[in-house]
Amino acid sequence: MLIAIGSTVLFAAVVWATVINTPGWAAVQQTFFNPEVALQALPKVWDGFLINLQVLGLSVVTVALVALLVAVLRTLRGPVFFPVRVLAAGYTDLFRGFPFIIVLYLVGFGLPTITNTRIPVVVLGVIAVTLTYSAYVAEVIRAGIEAVHPSQRLAARALGLGYVQTLRRVVLPQALRKMTPPLMNDFISMQKDVGLISILGAIDAIAGARSVASLTYNFTPYVVAGILFVLLAIPTIRLTDWYTARLREREQAGAIL
Amino acid sequence: MTATASAPLLHATGLWKSFGDREVLRGIDLDLAPHEVVALIGASGSGKSTLLRCLGLLEPIDDGQIFLGDTDISDPRVDANGVRARLGAVFQSYNLFPHLSVLDNVTLASRVVHGMPRREAEERAHTLLARIGLADKAKEHPDRLSGGQQQRAAIVRAIATDPEILLLDEITSALDPELVGEVLELVRELVDDGATILMATHEMAFARDVADRVVFLDDGVIVEQGTPAQLFATPTHARTRAFLARFTA
Repeated sequence: MLIAIGSTVLFAAVVWATVINTPGWAAVQQTFFNPEVALQALPKVWDGFLINLQVLGLSVVTVALVALLVAVLRTLRGPVFFPVRVLAAGYTDLFRGFPFIIVLYLVGFGLPTITNTRIPVVVLGVIAVTLTYSAYVAEVIRAGIEAVHPSQRLAARALGLGYVQTLRRVVLPQALRKMTPPLMNDFISMQKDVGLISILGAIDAIAGARSVASLTYNFTPYVVAGILFVLLAIPTIRLTDWYTARLREREQAGAIL
Repeated sequence: MTATASAPLLHATGLWKSFGDREVLRGIDLDLAPHEVVALIGASGSGKSTLLRCLGLLEPIDDGQIFLGDTDISDPRVDANGVRARLGAVFQSYNLFPHLSVLDNVTLASRVVHGMPRREAEERAHTLLARIGLADKAKEHPDRLSGGQQQRAAIVRAIATDPEILLLDEITSALDPELVGEVLELVRELVDDGATILMATHEMAFARDVADRVVFLDDGVIVEQGTPAQLFATPTHARTRAFLARFTA
């Protein structure tokens, strides 16, 4: 405890001496951490942030549905389902490889062009996020499903449970535990990536920050927006750490038994 | 109905099964009469487990026919889930569902497959669990139970839906020796209750004790079968004698 306090104080002193107590620090503070600009930017950034949250909230639902569907299609057995498996595999390969920003451009600018209609930016954002993240999440779900021992399926089928009943009652509940930590990591990335919808012209947190930044010639609004995203991510990050630690504890407890 | 009183409950003819190039079952004919207890013996890899799985529609057969009562259950148009729901299977490694309590393990099929109301299913399950002395473990998850307790719970799960036939696949092979007795005791009780049982086993003494008929399987074919007295005392085939010699040595 004392050592921890001592090292923290020492570290703070070093930071003060090498970073804050330097001639450039005032300029840094003025450009990135200007309280007045921050206060001025906050309402606009906050309003925009609500749009990011909207896209995030909708995407969580659509990604969950699409990813589950793709994962189940990829795990179907039997030669009849070969084309379905290939299609699902092709999709996950393609969209895990595609840079998200390209998907955003193609969906955000391409889709309204071919349909020749105005599509709300939130909808475009949700489509782009769903296309990209469903590919990642589908792989996590598939890995989770395949990590459930085949003997579990066998036991369920032996009881007379059908394919879907087996999946729902036996395989998915067990797969869910295995895939929760990686799913939460994908969720954290998604929380950040919804910030990219600003390039589609959405007046989100980052676009709001940009408008204030260009008026004030100051970068503090970006920092404000960044802090909002960090505050959004921290609960999920802590939850993931806690859950992973708990899983590990349980497994170790199981090993001792 | 063409069935008579002596008609077999299960009737399999000419079963063939391969995994890749390996022929595991090579023309098996097997009948099981109501209330009959049949023990399948044979070395590991002789096809005992595969035969049980094929008969339980847990593994597709390459050729042959299987009748359950009057129904050809090997017909691809048959409702396989419906057939499996009429059979009970217990496996070597228990295969209890780790995410469900013992009670939910036992009631799952009743509720989900047979549409029994939860209350009724749980009442039945409690009665069965009390019978095997696991009433106080009903709310526990399987990993809190000993191997013997888990396997007994798995047996109760299999009989909770009153299956017409019980398929037992080396159910004591994964257990510590001191836990084998309690599981065999439960099987003996089921035999006394008149259950129809087909079991693959390495417990020769137990097979001799409870089986009406012992079937010796070697390399995917039935080499010899008969009453325990016949088969264990006066085996006619050299392969049977060689196999049994390893157990008495």
